[in-house]
Amino acid sequence: MSLLRVEGLGISFGGLVAVDNVGFSVEAGQVFSIIGPNGAGKTTLFNLVTGIYKPLRGRVTMGGDDVTGLAPHLLAKRGMSRTFQNLQIFFRMTALENVMVGRHMAERSSLLSDLLGLPAADRQTRATREAAMGLLERVGLSDVANATAGALSYGVLKRLEIARALAASPKVLLLDEPAAGCNAVETEAIDHLIGEIAKSGVAVVLIEHDMKLVMKISDRVLVLAQGRHLAEGPPREVRDNPAVIAAYLGDHGTREADRAHG
Amino acid sequence: MAEFLQLVFSGLTVGAVYALVALGFTLIYNASDVINFAQGDFVMIGGMGTVFLAAAGIALPLAALIAIVGAVIVGLLLHKLAIEPARGASPVALIMITIGASIFIKGIAQLVFDKQFHSLPAFSGDTPIAVGGATILPQSLWVMGVALALFVALYLFLEKTLLGKALLATAANRLAARLVGINVTIILALAFGVSAAIGAIAGVVVTPITLTRYDVGTLFALKGFAAAMVGGMGNPLGAVVGGLLIGLLEAFGAGYISSTYKDAVAFVVILLVLFFLPRGLFGGRSVERV
Amino acid sequence: MAGKLLSSRLATLVLLAAIIAVVPLLAPSAFYLRVAAVVWVFALAALGLTILMGYAGQVSLGHAGFLGIGGYAVAIGPAQFGLHPALCLVIGAALAGLLAYLVGRPILKLKGYYLAIATLGFGVILALIFHSESQWTGGPDGMQVARVTLFGWRLSGAVNWYWVTGGALMIGAWIALNIGASPTGRALKALHDSEVAAAGSGIDVSAKKLAAFVIGAVYAAVAGGLLAAMNGLITPDAAGFMHSIELVAMVIIGGLGSVFGAVVGAAFLVVLPQALTFMHDYEQAVLGFLIMAFMIFLPAGIVPTLRKWLLERLS
Repeated sequence: MSLLRVEGLGISFGGLVAVDNVGFSVEAGQVFSIIGPNGAGKTTLFNLVTGIYKPLRGRVTMGGDDVTGLAPHLLAKRGMSRTFQNLQIFFRMTALENVMVGRHMAERSSLLSDLLGLPAADRQTRATREAAMGLLERVGLSDVANATAGALSYGVLKRLEIARALAASPKVLLLDEPAAGCNAVETEAIDHLIGEIAKSGVAVVLIEHDMKLVMKISDRVLVLAQGRHLAEGPPREVRDNPAVIAAYLGDHGTREADRAHG
Repeated sequence: MAEFLQLVFSGLTVGAVYALVALGFTLIYNASDVINFAQGDFVMIGGMGTVFLAAAGIALPLAALIAIVGAVIVGLLLHKLAIEPARGASPVALIMITIGASIFIKGIAQLVFDKQFHSLPAFSGDTPIAVGGATILPQSLWVMGVALALFVALYLFLEKTLLGKALLATAANRLAARLVGINVTIILALAFGVSAAIGAIAGVVVTPITLTRYDVGTLFALKGFAAAMVGGMGNPLGAVVGGLLIGLLEAFGAGYISSTYKDAVAFVVILLVLFFLPRGLFGGRSVERV
Repeated sequence: MAGKLLSSRLATLVLLAAIIAVVPLLAPSAFYLRVAAVVWVFALAALGLTILMGYAGQVSLGHAGFLGIGGYAVAIGPAQFGLHPALCLVIGAALAGLLAYLVGRPILKLKGYYLAIATLGFGVILALIFHSESQWTGGPDGMQVARVTLFGWRLSGAVNWYWVTGGALMIGAWIALNIGASPTGRALKALHDSEVAAAGSGIDVSAKKLAAFVIGAVYAAVAGGLLAAMNGLITPDAAGFMHSIELVAMVIIGGLGSVFGAVVGAAFLVVLPQALTFMHDYEQAVLGFLIMAFMIFLPAGIVPTLRKWLLERLS
């Protein structure tokens, strides 16, 4: 049974169909990439899967349970985590506190003990801090733990979002362009990190523009164009698919590609 | 039936004033994203200014004109000294700035004027006109007439003049407006000036009916705000409909239910609209972008 | 190190306790103690708003309404039902919390200006009820509040009230600081910055907002009850629009989100009119001017600005 399964998902905004009849499924330990030209509906698809938009058609299941249209925080409780294309960082908090928020679901503390500052609340905060620190180390950010997030660079914040998402111990992790705006060294680190995450048994869904990265780490690739399913398969197969090349580069590109292959 | 008609008349009269205040809100909100809580104080300045200038022996039309110009100057100063320096502040900070401005204007008004209620003589006498069993004061016709004239004038200004179109363009997209060469600072000042003028004119015509005092602005602002919100913030037609609607509901509420809670009507309406139609009657739906 | 000290819970509480302890030594007369007691009460109400506005980022322009509920509970309970004032303080707080729970759910779905106007409308309606239901509330002139007797000890006089309100403020500050350092506090601060990301981390955003709203309401009601009992009088103005604005101004002028800021902001806005009584006519103009000036020139508020300056000097 697939960890995440999406069937016939669709939504339109003001008559414009943004995502139309898209489906895919991801297994534990797999890296599943979604690519496509700008405006293909990749982020909208993420927003549908993670409950930010309510789909008009189709369904989403996690391990066989129907979770279509559940509120984002309930999806999170079922093991779905994500990062955002346009950073959604808690800018006023430190990097460490950002990751600590990610541990929210693992925290066992009642409102009353929080109000009264009972030892349980303080113990919980200490435990959370330790776990968050470990995650910062894992993404290589322990040196900026106490810096205010608002003062950190874009590439660092991208990794901080991954650490925060990991803090929730997800079963399914959706990464929206984690390498965008990162330099070659940072991209390399993210590449490595994604591989590790998948190896630990998490189903990773990845939106990414860096084709080198996608081709290298994906187990399967889904190509979207104008909100629709264009092609799906192993990276090599998708890369050589004429329809995909045409969508990316136009007919001219197809001819170029033919020539390159010939 | 006669009672119903009577309530309609009084509702439309105050509603027209709320609509004008709401229109002022809308203009400023569209141009600058600021909710101007001092909007009601322009109404007060128009009324109180005219009262005191007339008492000083200046002919009523001239007194009204000077008071309106005074309100415009206050509006421009408000923009220049309080709103412009706070560019980029959060909505809450901007609300607090205009509330501070409103308290400040009231504080100055009780020094310049006084703390008493004042009235103006009705423009065309006090003889009620009988209509279908009910009566209507000539001054009510003045209020509705002036409001209508202002709506039409504003419509023509926004749709037919280059300056008006520049204002609409700025409202739609400030950056794009700047790129095509519109001087956004002047447009914003214009919005504050026109809003102040509209408010002050409303204040002049309504004072013979409702009386005026240094602090009447608060309720006008709150109800005008409610009207603008009911109509869907930023929608001029919505502001007018919202204003009339709140005026009518208030009149019916006072007439048929209880006059004690007349001032609560506007807020009950706001809460209901916000709960059930969070974007107002005429507002579109928006989708959160992530 | 200095930064850690300045932001630690214990340091804030010790400093606050020291100030509360020292003021009576410096106060030349009972009048000053009375003013200080009023400062503590308003600081308590402002602390509730600190949790709601400072931590969770949700504005309430009708918070004085909850202050009024607390005040009238302490006035009406003993007068109409013969209940003990201390019990009425608890009942008032519970009522305010319950009302906040009921109206908070729909209201807190709104954002920005919409939330501002909805809370404002809610506050105005409450004030109007206190104003109009004169068989219960005494109408526009308000009502007397019976003197409080606790364990046979008659609570009266500036000195007694000074310690009662100072103690209440200490408890309020302690709880606010606890929340700030707890999982709940982190959740509130997180949704302040990004509701989407907070929800993505499994935080039930609307439930947390509601909790902050209820807590803020309880703070205000307790403050209102103490104020009414101390003054021996409650009027509808206590719940009015201007009072709500003053509460918000206290929180922002002192420094949004800072527990000490709420105290400083309250002190500022309570003491200032007292200092200005010799120019009473200018009071409103000065208040309006100060609110504007602070919002424009010191948007971070007094305490955070001072702390930043101090840290820069130290390092």
